Amino acid sequence: MKLAEICRALSLEVQAGAEHLEREVTGGYASDLLSCVMAKAQAGNIWVTLQAHPNIVAVASLLNLAGVIITEGVVPDESTVAKAKEEGVVLLLTPLTTFTIVGKLAAMGIAGVD
Amino acid sequence: MTDFTKLQELAYEVRIEEVMTKSPVTVSPDTTMAELREILREHRISGTPVVEGDRMVGIISLEDLIKALANGAMSARVGERMTPDPVTVYADETVVKAVNTFARYRFGRFPVVDREGRLVGILTRGDIVRGLLKQLEHEYHREEMLRARFNRFFDELIADIDSIVLRHEVKARDFEHAGEASSRVKRALNRLGVTPQIVRRAAIATYELEINIVIHASEGGEIIAEIQPEKIIIRAVDTGPGIPDIEAAMQPGFSTAPEWIREMGFGAGMGLVNVKRCADEFLLESPNGMWTSAKVVIYFPSFLERAQDPDDTSRS
Repeated sequence: MKLAEICRALSLEVQAGAEHLEREVTGGYASDLLSCVMAKAQAGNIWVTLQAHPNIVAVASLLNLAGVIITEGVVPDESTVAKAKEEGVVLLLTPLTTFTIVGKLAAMGIAGVD
Repeated sequence: MTDFTKLQELAYEVRIEEVMTKSPVTVSPDTTMAELREILREHRISGTPVVEGDRMVGIISLEDLIKALANGAMSARVGERMTPDPVTVYADETVVKAVNTFARYRFGRFPVVDREGRLVGILTRGDIVRGLLKQLEHEYHREEMLRARFNRFFDELIADIDSIVLRHEVKARDFEHAGEASSRVKRALNRLGVTPQIVRRAAIATYELEINIVIHASEGGEIIAEIQPEKIIIRAVDTGPGIPDIEAAMQPGFSTAPEWIREMGFGAGMGLVNVKRCADEFLLESPNGMWTSAKVVIYFPSFLERAQDPDDTSRS
């Protein structure tokens, strides 16, 4: 499934990387602990978190993640957005909680990495 | 991987502008159907966009020509017989988008426009198939090139120096730039054609060591990555405060990071565990709690076995 379809279905706001929404999503992962993300998330995964500092871009870029959904209406600061644009990382925003978003992703057929 | 799935994958990656026919033949609305017949015959094409000034106003096909011929309307102008406001595709969209458009509309060709609406090409099914096959061939070629380059690279290297070294200074508490050392290591390994799995392990190990310096080292430190023909050695060194109990530090979940750092999602006590998991060899030293030095070795055997196999030269 493409990122664009997920954005549409979940009404996500595209904060950075609008030109990369054709990316295929291979699965999903949710955590706010970066080391856990580094250990588990796979290339092409969508990552759901409420962290919004610039280092989430480094993590997403190193792991070649399809995109990052930032939950609970947290707005990433300018440096995060600027870095995401530079690195081609897709940042998506939602007012919903991580739990709800993950539930919706699962209902769309996005599976976890286990 | 079969060619079929590879082709599908390419359809998601390749852009329409890479496979379309550029600077297509066009006609004006004032062209007569008789003139159109000559143009189509001369260029051996079955249709063409109709352009007025720099604006595309329609599309006219062989089918329209045949109808005109049957109705004895060969002196009619293209503007009267064309399909106005044709469905278009954007040059920067992926081929898979065009495939969907073909499936939906059943037209034989679509004008390709840029985001300003200017006509930049024309796309037929044949263009897509030809373009993807060409790209497929190109991918094979590229892989061969990479392998050859990798071999040559190390042949030269061994004769000269025996490794390349990347050094990267890491500043204390600089979360904004944390990850840049790992990013450089990842890029270098990718360029050398190292397999994705090895690149991933090296990137994760480097990242965790880099973050450790950012979080814990009072004066920052340095990441030194040394890429040799058969392995990568990643060293992280700092000037203290050191790790009083290395055994405890290696336990999953053990962390001394302050609260404000944990709130950012760091300091979960999984960093060194991750490093160890990614490393073939891992050595952590911190004598007298003065400084810390971590050394990670990751071997890339599978790639070199493949790269050095002299029988594996054909791939058709």
